[in-house]
Amino acid sequence: MRRICIALFAAAFAGAAAAADPIKIGFSMALTGGLAGAGKGALIAMEIWRDDVNKKGGLLGRQVEFVYYDDATQPAKVPPIYTKLINVDKVDLVVSSYGTNEIVPAMPIVMRNKMVFPALFGLAANEEFKYDRYFQIMPAGPYPKTDWSKGFFELAQQQKPRPQTIAIVAADAEFALNAAAGARENAKKMGFKIVYDKTYPPATTDFTPIVRAIQATNPDIVYVGSYPPDSTGMVKAANEVGLKVKMFGGGMVGLQFAAIQKNLGPLLNNVVNYDFWVPEPTLDFPGVKEFLAKYQEAAKGKGVDPLGHYLPPFAYAYMQVLGQAVAATKSLDQAKIADYFRKNTHDTVVGKVKFGRNGEWATSRVLMVQFRDLQPDNLEQFAGPGKRVVLYPKAWKSGDIVFPYKQ
Amino acid sequence: MFSADLLANAVVSGLLLGGFYAAVAIGLAIVFGQLDIVNIAHPAFVIVGSYTAYILNSRFGLDPVLVGVLAAPLFFIVGVAIYRIYYAAFERTGQESLSGLAFFFGLMFIIEVTLILVYGVDYRLVSAGYSAQTLAFGFVDLPGRMLVPFVVAMTLTAAVWLYLSRTFMGRAIQAVAQDRGALQLMGADPVRIKQWAFGLGIATAAIAGALLIIIGPVEPSVGRQYIGRVFAIVVLGGMGSIQGMLIAALLLGVTENLVSTFYGPSWAPAVAFGVLLATLAVRPAGLFGR
Repeated sequence: MRRICIALFAAAFAGAAAAADPIKIGFSMALTGGLAGAGKGALIAMEIWRDDVNKKGGLLGRQVEFVYYDDATQPAKVPPIYTKLINVDKVDLVVSSYGTNEIVPAMPIVMRNKMVFPALFGLAANEEFKYDRYFQIMPAGPYPKTDWSKGFFELAQQQKPRPQTIAIVAADAEFALNAAAGARENAKKMGFKIVYDKTYPPATTDFTPIVRAIQATNPDIVYVGSYPPDSTGMVKAANEVGLKVKMFGGGMVGLQFAAIQKNLGPLLNNVVNYDFWVPEPTLDFPGVKEFLAKYQEAAKGKGVDPLGHYLPPFAYAYMQVLGQAVAATKSLDQAKIADYFRKNTHDTVVGKVKFGRNGEWATSRVLMVQFRDLQPDNLEQFAGPGKRVVLYPKAWKSGDIVFPYKQ
Repeated sequence: MFSADLLANAVVSGLLLGGFYAAVAIGLAIVFGQLDIVNIAHPAFVIVGSYTAYILNSRFGLDPVLVGVLAAPLFFIVGVAIYRIYYAAFERTGQESLSGLAFFFGLMFIIEVTLILVYGVDYRLVSAGYSAQTLAFGFVDLPGRMLVPFVVAMTLTAAVWLYLSRTFMGRAIQAVAQDRGALQLMGADPVRIKQWAFGLGIATAAIAGALLIIIGPVEPSVGRQYIGRVFAIVVLGGMGSIQGMLIAALLLGVTENLVSTFYGPSWAPAVAFGVLLATLAVRPAGLFGR
């Protein structure tokens, strides 16, 4: 009898402890290595969401706790991290690290465990897996490869005289190659003649020979798929060589980051490039300003993007959707959560999000923005509207294109 | 697509790029080429040089090159201290080959992580008036962003070459590279000479780092992409030869930019390293190797 009482007491105590246990959300994140700048910024945004949720009483009456490890921007480190998160740390939910190269290696493990996988900025990462519990917060659209550059080509097509020839140049790496492949497809579909189509190794120091070779083919427009250091090199080289084309830009990663924007300043004028959120009046979604104020305060002295326009709002938003799904389904059941993700439109700081084919946004919202009237060495100018004018898509347009880029 | 102006610009921009490579490789030509110390952390010191230039440029508006020159003595002292540790822990006990390599590998990670913890991981850039200027001679362009690093690199290379060939300590460094035992018999202390040479090698990283951040943005781990290139330049030049290192760096720069212009940038490193292999097949000791 005494033994039974002890056992019952122990079971009741364990049950009470379980009820009070926090909900554990696991992920790997690039906190060192090449993508650490973005990864650390994403983590700050995610922590703001966690603190906001916990202040309101948590999820399902339980506090939210993060379990995360640094993947050092090394794809090979990602699978063991997710294996540990799921099998050893016994997390309740998982979300992805930042970027295609870090998301793809986690997919087989997450899929084997049938977990919902909200993902942060992977381009066409689910194209081969077709996992029905994968949800991508980056608004690349249902056909990410082509949707990524569609706006650039549609804008070119609308100009008079209509540009005829295009040069495509991209870094020899996953994202840039995907972006270039999509650009190639769009160019062919819309009848542009490709006069230059090359890739360059990621460790390139001097971009002037590349820009000169492009100039020699005399293209009307130039589409670039590049990473931050290369984007800087390309923009500087284009100005040094005096590249004369009608449109320049497209898929350059890094031109969304405050430090690079500040350094390049007027060299960016008239460049048309992709972005996802900029402080234009057409994109003033409920909660985004409040979130950015918190982020900018938290980011001080941490060596991350001080403005946080590019990635942080989306890092907050993918956690928002996950939180809303858990709260609405009152459950940690992965099937129910995935179902909620699929069937609903979600209100987030980056606007209304509806997932479609392959867990991508049902409708693309890859913005084409044009840098305008920039002054040298001035970070504050990027905080407000008018410096990155939204040209595309029409629904979010905040101004007309300045055409051509340089004559 | 071939034209005279493309060819001229490819060669000139290749020379400018090669000059910068020489600035990064010169420290290693002394440390690895002459002292046989596999300092794999050298590019990490270059990045520290970049951060030093960034901090003083952004806070006080000092010119990055000036910062590099001013910081060089400090880097020299750090280099001397590191060599003392390396000597006491590995060289004295004859474990320098593998354990020494691990030491410098570890040092590289410590430098990277320290930079991340202190300054974060955002890209850092500097502003200098000349970096936005471009000089044009006929159809040949000389962007200030590449020209200034080239001029500084040539000056640095000439200064190091003169120092090693004309001064007593410089000759002693060359002597320790050739025959340490003989130097001891002459009553000189090889350890003192080596620590001086190691310090000199690290001091050049301060200037190379300043040049790197003039050319493009820098983050703590960006130095890794130069490890292969700078070791290749030192080997191609002929271990320890400053002239050889310079020729090899210029050759690599010109080859890369010619291939990049006329064939495609993705082939540039493959062809450049192909030239390295072909040269070593014909001259196993490198261009200027004995």
